[in-house]
Amino acid sequence: MPTTPRPAAIRLEPRDWASHPPLRDPGYKSTSLRGPTRPLVPMQASLSELAQPVYGHEDLGTLDHDLTRNAAMNGAPLGERIVVTGRVLDDRGRSIPHTLVEVWQANAAGRYVHRIDQHDAPLDPNFLGAGRCLTDAEGRYRFVTIKPGAYPWRNHPNAWRPNHIHFSLFGQHLASRLVTQMYFPGDPLLALDPIFLATPQAARERLISRFSLEATQEGHALGYEFDIVLRGPTQTPMEAR
Amino acid sequence: MSASPGQTPSQTAGPFFAYGLVPSQYGYPFRSLFGPELAEPRAVGLPIVIAGQVFDGEGKLIEDALVEILHADAQGGWPRSAADAARTGFRGFGRMGTGSDARKGFEFRTIKPGAIGDGQAPHVNLVLTMRGLLNHLFTRIYFDDEAEANARDPVLASVPPERRATLLAQGAPLPGGGRAYRFDLHMQGERETVFFDV
Repeated sequence: MPTTPRPAAIRLEPRDWASHPPLRDPGYKSTSLRGPTRPLVPMQASLSELAQPVYGHEDLGTLDHDLTRNAAMNGAPLGERIVVTGRVLDDRGRSIPHTLVEVWQANAAGRYVHRIDQHDAPLDPNFLGAGRCLTDAEGRYRFVTIKPGAYPWRNHPNAWRPNHIHFSLFGQHLASRLVTQMYFPGDPLLALDPIFLATPQAARERLISRFSLEATQEGHALGYEFDIVLRGPTQTPMEAR
Repeated sequence: MSASPGQTPSQTAGPFFAYGLVPSQYGYPFRSLFGPELAEPRAVGLPIVIAGQVFDGEGKLIEDALVEILHADAQGGWPRSAADAARTGFRGFGRMGTGSDARKGFEFRTIKPGAIGDGQAPHVNLVLTMRGLLNHLFTRIYFDDEAEANARDPVLASVPPERRATLLAQGAPLPGGGRAYRFDLHMQGERETVFFDV
């Protein structure tokens, strides 16, 4: 087996806790028995955490990015067609090319296909709600989907989640992993949502996509832009001494 | 180069990730990119199974957690590409939800990682996410049969001694060769697993 070179020793920008919600939040009830109670133990990312899962274009299906078509049985899914696009960047503004972006969401009626979702809203036989793609050379991703509906949950009386799409990314290292949610501009439920509100105020806006006429596909789908910023190296290997 | 745009905040994965992140495992009509097998039988190294469960602050089994592991190959290296992994049969990364099997746990099939050559003991990186976690958590699995290497490991040394046992997988012989390791995660309580701010 040929030996492969080790990655250059690099340091990642720290996980910025001023941007991320706390591990336990009084408003979001499920955190009370699931969030760790003891402080996280600090660790400098080693070669081990700088490694990443491997995958390639050949692992993805040709319709994986198009949620309006990737589970169609006998027609098109119901709902408002949208394009969701943006760039994946690191925290120094460098684009992250060829990186995996995975999404999942409720259908237009606010119902997840997941079997444990008991919300009394219809499933859509032509919509699964899962997708994935790789960013291009400039770090740009693009999904075609249906605008997800709001849905009730049991966190508190009359609790409803705002419309959102779940995102999962790795970037170029295991340590830059991010699981997040994208929201929509102008949603009145945002001001009432404990999950959104658990996020430090200064960083909340970063979770809200922007309506974009440029991303809107004429005669077909409204466009929303959502850039995603992951932890990156503090310096490029070229700058390292 | 632009000024820092600020990291995108983490949000919970919620309870409904299975059809998006581990669809094949749960029987949804979408192919999983990653599953519980990190190494094919032909991969070089000692075959091992790493199995466990995740418990909440009341000791209740958590049936909607997502567990991901990443580790080095038997020589302490990593596949550099999907083609690399296809050639060696070692993928190095696995993902499993805790809701599909009878035990409501996870069970990965892989090979035992080697030391990566920087003084660290052989270990497995674990990423945990679920409803009720606003941020995913990082931890590590070490092996109970690597006492000497563990004693020299700088990361284990940074953990308070009384909590180190939470990072140790307990091994037993695997029928047919190899080893079966048990590694449970406790979100809270006396046995609360050590999680790292990597």
